[in-house]
Amino acid sequence: MNFWRFLQQNWFELLTLVRQHIALVVIAIAVAVVIGVPTGILVTRRQSLRGPVLGLANVMQTIPSLALFGFLIPLPFIGGIGARTALVALVLYALLPIIRNTVTGILGVEPSVREAAVAMGMTDTQVLWQVELPLAMGVIVTGIRVATVISVGVATIAAAVGAGGLGVYIFRGLRQYDNSLLLAGALPAALLALAADFSLGLVEQQFAFDPKRSRVTFVQKFVLVVLALFVILAGYGFWRGARMQIEKRLEQGHVAIGSKDFTESILLGEIVAQLLEARGVSVERQFELGGNLPHEALVSGRLDLYPEYTGTSYAAILHHPPISDPRAVYDQVKREYAERFKIEVSPPLGFENTFAILVRGAEARRLKLKTISDAVPYVRKWRAGFGQDFMSRADGYPGFSRAYGLQFAEQPREMDLSLTYIALASGQVDLIAGNSTEGRIAKLDLFQLEDDRHYFPPYEAVYLARQDSLANVPALRDALAKLANSISTDEMRRLNYEVDGNKRDPKDVIREWIIGKGL
Amino acid sequence: MTGSPDNTLVEFHNVAFSLPGVGSPIISNLNLTVSRGETLVLLGESGCGKTTTLKLVNRLLLPTAGEVLVEGKSTTAWDPIMLRRRIGYVIQEGGLFPHFTIARNVGLVPALSGWSEKRIEDRVHELLQLVGLDQDKFASRYPRELSGGQRQRVGVARALAADPSLLLLDEPFGALDPLTRASLQREFGSLAKRLGKTAIFVTHDVREALILASRIGLMYAGKLSLLEPPERFLASDNQHARAYVDSLELVNKPDQAAGDKR
Repeated sequence: MNFWRFLQQNWFELLTLVRQHIALVVIAIAVAVVIGVPTGILVTRRQSLRGPVLGLANVMQTIPSLALFGFLIPLPFIGGIGARTALVALVLYALLPIIRNTVTGILGVEPSVREAAVAMGMTDTQVLWQVELPLAMGVIVTGIRVATVISVGVATIAAAVGAGGLGVYIFRGLRQYDNSLLLAGALPAALLALAADFSLGLVEQQFAFDPKRSRVTFVQKFVLVVLALFVILAGYGFWRGARMQIEKRLEQGHVAIGSKDFTESILLGEIVAQLLEARGVSVERQFELGGNLPHEALVSGRLDLYPEYTGTSYAAILHHPPISDPRAVYDQVKREYAERFKIEVSPPLGFENTFAILVRGAEARRLKLKTISDAVPYVRKWRAGFGQDFMSRADGYPGFSRAYGLQFAEQPREMDLSLTYIALASGQVDLIAGNSTEGRIAKLDLFQLEDDRHYFPPYEAVYLARQDSLANVPALRDALAKLANSISTDEMRRLNYEVDGNKRDPKDVIREWIIGKGL
Repeated sequence: MTGSPDNTLVEFHNVAFSLPGVGSPIISNLNLTVSRGETLVLLGESGCGKTTTLKLVNRLLLPTAGEVLVEGKSTTAWDPIMLRRRIGYVIQEGGLFPHFTIARNVGLVPALSGWSEKRIEDRVHELLQLVGLDQDKFASRYPRELSGGQRQRVGVARALAADPSLLLLDEPFGALDPLTRASLQREFGSLAKRLGKTAIFVTHDVREALILASRIGLMYAGKLSLLEPPERFLASDNQHARAYVDSLELVNKPDQAAGDKR
């Protein structure tokens, strides 16, 4: 029932994502066919190329898709965030089956038939177009079919680089631990893959040259026509969307707002987006960007603004050893960002989102724990669970365990951050490093141990904005000034819980909050 | 030995052919003249070089030594496309294009040569009649829907399409059942005579050679071992020819052969 309600409320967004997904796949496959089939033909003509070309295509396919996206992001022209990067990756994946099947198909044409063609006085071109390609077409279409089905799957990962598609729901569902979202992303993706497989299977049959099999029934024809129409409409929609985006960019006062890939960051991005929209500025939302992506996009000018935490900038981007004075961190970050990146740091928003070392509330009360130091004697018997981020960053687990001299019963479990809260509450782990503004801390009766040795640097929430964007769009500076010191930690926790706990739409939550605040 | 230039269609002069990197040549020191209107049958076991000899004529292969003349011009001097369109070619199982209808298969060379559609259609009709296939029944079918014998008839019709003076046939009837083979051999013999075609016909079947040939060229290990009309072939004391003739007698006198074995 929950799933159906979700669909009812979000069908328009879902259709948009499906459209984006289809557009990604169709464009990628079209490009891969345009590159792959001629390459395959060339390889049948130059035997010395066969090994290297097929080898390269093979290697391409063995690169895990997330890693491939990672490699592509910093590259000029083909990299960056958005659909272009995703398309490059999808094309690279689709090439192997298409090239390989083109080669197999052409080499599989019976030698006697090819010999007859030559002996009849056909030129090389005529042999290729009239004999080899038509006879290889069935096998080539099989390759395209395989490539398409693979692309439908890989395209879900495109959401990680901001290219949209059904992966948006899947990633969001994983993050918010929401099965309806997961299902709403995965089910249409699976259906798309099945539909692609089925319809291209029908196309394949057209090339079977077996009169008994090649007759397509009326129903099959109907299905083909409907699918073709759908694909064309999706392509047109995508083209229109792209055109509109370009037109928007040319407009005065267009702002691209980014966010990181967790709820709080999305909410903070949404606040600025709505304040600007209320002032008539057109806004492009590039939310849910992973890792250092928002920073790189901001520096390169693809984003105008995104929310950040001073401690993250200080340690993860500027690579300074952690210090505990919030004022010093803020000043240092502000100065260095202006010098190095031409980026301005907004006034602090009024709350910190530091790493919160959490234990079960019942446990804290029983053992009378207040600070992390209080817990040190017990952790030898405890298991810990940490998010990937905390495990890897300089100011995360390695420094933290050294600072307090912690020794856990076993190597801490590395898992998805949002799952650690549930793992702690259900007793599967005994200590986690959460976010201090996490909405579920109170709900799940978790207790935050005080950082009595002041190990964690201050993580004050701020906005980072490009200096040139601030100069071009006066409304942006006004909005940032209004938001200074306007959100308390409790308020942030409540907003987070509205989305993560009550499964509400971030846009609605922010709209209400802005009205309530009188902004 | 060499006939008048007018009467000679194909000549082999000291021709050799070998594949790069392979020690022994496939064909060596081959000298041969084919006159207009005759049916030369190249007879031999598989691997003796008879198919290679055939492919040297329409430039599917080029000689590694010596030269092959067609209409007095070396095959190296011919434009290969033009040369091939003047020569009909029939192979085992017909080598038909499985994705073309029978009509399109037969009309292929005329279409490549740019004939008008109407002229092609008329020609296809004529040719199907010539090889004994009903136009209405077969024109729009695909090769897969035909029997082996019917496919072979289509193969012959295709080779004749542009009215070439020379036909090359590489074991065309090899894969057919004996009855179909016999009737096609008879029909092809009379057809070639009637149309006045020159044919070079490759086979390993000595009976077929005796039925069709005006001369039999017996090939052994890449060399022309004997070149005689059928009646002289039967009487020859060439050791390889004798082996073929003996195999015939085995068929004709089964009782005696069986008795010998006992």
